[in-house]
Amino acid sequence: MSSERKIRVVVAKPGLNSHDRGAKVVARALRDAGMEVIYTGLRQTPEQIVETALQEDVDVIALSILSGAHMTLLPRTMELLKQKRLADILVFAGGIIPAEDVPALKKIGIAEVFGPGTPTDTLVKFVKENVRKRK
Amino acid sequence: MFDERRLNEIVKERKRWEKTTVPRWISRHPERKGEFPTSSGIPVKRLYTPEDVKDHDYLRDLGFPGKFPFTRGLHATMYRGRLWTMRQFAGFGTAEQTNARFKYLLKEGETGLSIAFDYPTIMGCDSDHPMARGEVGQCGVAVSSLRDMEILFDGIPLDRVTTSMTINGPAAMLLAMYVAIGDKQGVPRERLGGTTQNDMFKEFFAQKLCIFPPKPSVKLVTDIIEYCARHLPKWNPISISGYHIREAGSNAVQELAFTLADGIAYVESALERGLKVDDFAPRLSFFFASHNDFFEEVAKFRAARRLWAKIMKERFKAKSLRSLWMRMHVQTSGCTLTAQQPVNNIIRIALQSLAAVLGGTQSLHTNSFDEALALPSEEAVRVALRTQQIIAHESGVVDTVDPLAGSYYVEALTKEMEERVMEYIDKIDAMGGVITAIEKGFFQREIADSAYKCQREIDQKERVLVGVNEYTVEEDWVPVELLRVHPKVEDEQLARLQRVKRERSNGRVRKVLDELHDAAERDENLMPTIIEAVKVYATLGEICDVLRGVFGEYRELIVI
Repeated sequence: MSSERKIRVVVAKPGLNSHDRGAKVVARALRDAGMEVIYTGLRQTPEQIVETALQEDVDVIALSILSGAHMTLLPRTMELLKQKRLADILVFAGGIIPAEDVPALKKIGIAEVFGPGTPTDTLVKFVKENVRKRK
Repeated sequence: MFDERRLNEIVKERKRWEKTTVPRWISRHPERKGEFPTSSGIPVKRLYTPEDVKDHDYLRDLGFPGKFPFTRGLHATMYRGRLWTMRQFAGFGTAEQTNARFKYLLKEGETGLSIAFDYPTIMGCDSDHPMARGEVGQCGVAVSSLRDMEILFDGIPLDRVTTSMTINGPAAMLLAMYVAIGDKQGVPRERLGGTTQNDMFKEFFAQKLCIFPPKPSVKLVTDIIEYCARHLPKWNPISISGYHIREAGSNAVQELAFTLADGIAYVESALERGLKVDDFAPRLSFFFASHNDFFEEVAKFRAARRLWAKIMKERFKAKSLRSLWMRMHVQTSGCTLTAQQPVNNIIRIALQSLAAVLGGTQSLHTNSFDEALALPSEEAVRVALRTQQIIAHESGVVDTVDPLAGSYYVEALTKEMEERVMEYIDKIDAMGGVITAIEKGFFQREIADSAYKCQREIDQKERVLVGVNEYTVEEDWVPVELLRVHPKVEDEQLARLQRVKRERSNGRVRKVLDELHDAAERDENLMPTIIEAVKVYATLGEICDVLRGVFGEYRELIVI
């Protein structure tokens, strides 16, 4: 049994979008892959998400949004992470995000955007390969 | 249905076939899989014969369309008399934009309206609420006051269309606005036809769009049922929904079981209010998904009708024939659509629609092929409508009633579905009913487990998803320009809202909101006061805030 610290992930639902099937499946898949997962539940403000990330000392933030409000809520979240000096947390997003918005999101620090149809193994692999190494 | 001697001969031949013909063939051509269950896990046999329906009784289990138990259809002639309503769910941006889309859809042949509201509206928030930032008009039309509703229905006569409103928490407010528009147009209230979804139970465990806690939520649902029973005889106060349950991840059996359980609980609530069952039951309506497992869906729709008729007759002792009717709207499944190779979705939607028609639906919405990427573009939604029109006018399946009846497989599956659903209903009854089951997280757990199982099956390729885990391509093709809602919609909404607040009588608004507060505290039926409030242009947010003050706000029970 490894004494290595488990990767800690917060899975969050920013904004009013209430479709949580994907977020919950991702949360469970990451948990089954050996990670410590905190699911925030619905209707989180960017402030609440960043606060949870801070309190829970996470390595990864997974943002799920299907409502089209991503270009307002995700930049705000990234801005707050920067302000709180949490910019080395690995952040990725999923849901319904048009391909044409992905470059802008990557520019503000979202490492990857995973659309519908992404296998859960892809997410697990991505996290393990890209998460920052803790001392 | 078959005489004993003949049946025994069939059984004998079936056994001989299994001992000789089948193994001989399989030894050279093995079957593709070990098992072929339905998407809900119901075992599917290689072959169905009269043996599989030997205990079925035609008159008891199937009967005739228009008569108990309605398995074969609600009406004697079904689509030979009248086609299902082609009712496309639509809404985005401002009321003007959605009004234009409504007119387009009507021109292209839809026969009923259906409104999609944006998230702030659904959550009882005005477009200027802090949580509305970035959300205004994105997933549906923004409606913050009667003014938006007036624009939405500009040029649309309410005595010539029926309108379904997918609205739950603030259903009373949106219904009040519709009534107000009808009053303005001079349409007698008894002629207003349509539906409010108004199904809060499924919000608590599936769609999750809750404003108030369970008890006051059910009170509002029942207020609407009661008000409609007395004043809006053509309005369906509720659309008891399985669609969202299924889309959240449940299987077909769970979809039907949890919907019927909810229906039972709503009937009980209305009875507790003092209504007589035959006074409100005829206007209860239902809403299901149609997914990919073709025969399972057909069986589900037929089992649904038979089950509800029995429940209403035996459990609730309804006397009127119409109280036994399960009138349903069906929407093809959103979650089965793929972002990859979206044109393939046209085929999925066509098959899902066909299942709904062969299942005897009263009303149908077909998704658009670009909906895994965005809200429907005009071109894509036209294809969705054409799908229904081609089935209706070119396929011939509508020329006879319930053509799949008598299929050994379909009848066996219909009965199997009925039995599995009843097991769930008995379990929920034993738990103490729907509200207790919600508090225990029962539905949420079942749904989450089914959703996870489905994903694992896709990840492990036990379930093939064409274009996603098989038959993938590097370069994809989307033949339409995807719909995008421009952010300036938000500014337009804010400006309109400010103008409404400037131009109305704020004194009258304050007065009626105080009356609403008092009526809520006294536990009165709130519909009349809400209608007054919308007429003086109290906003949706203002009305809901009064009720938040009295009822409190809901806190989600999280179950992964």
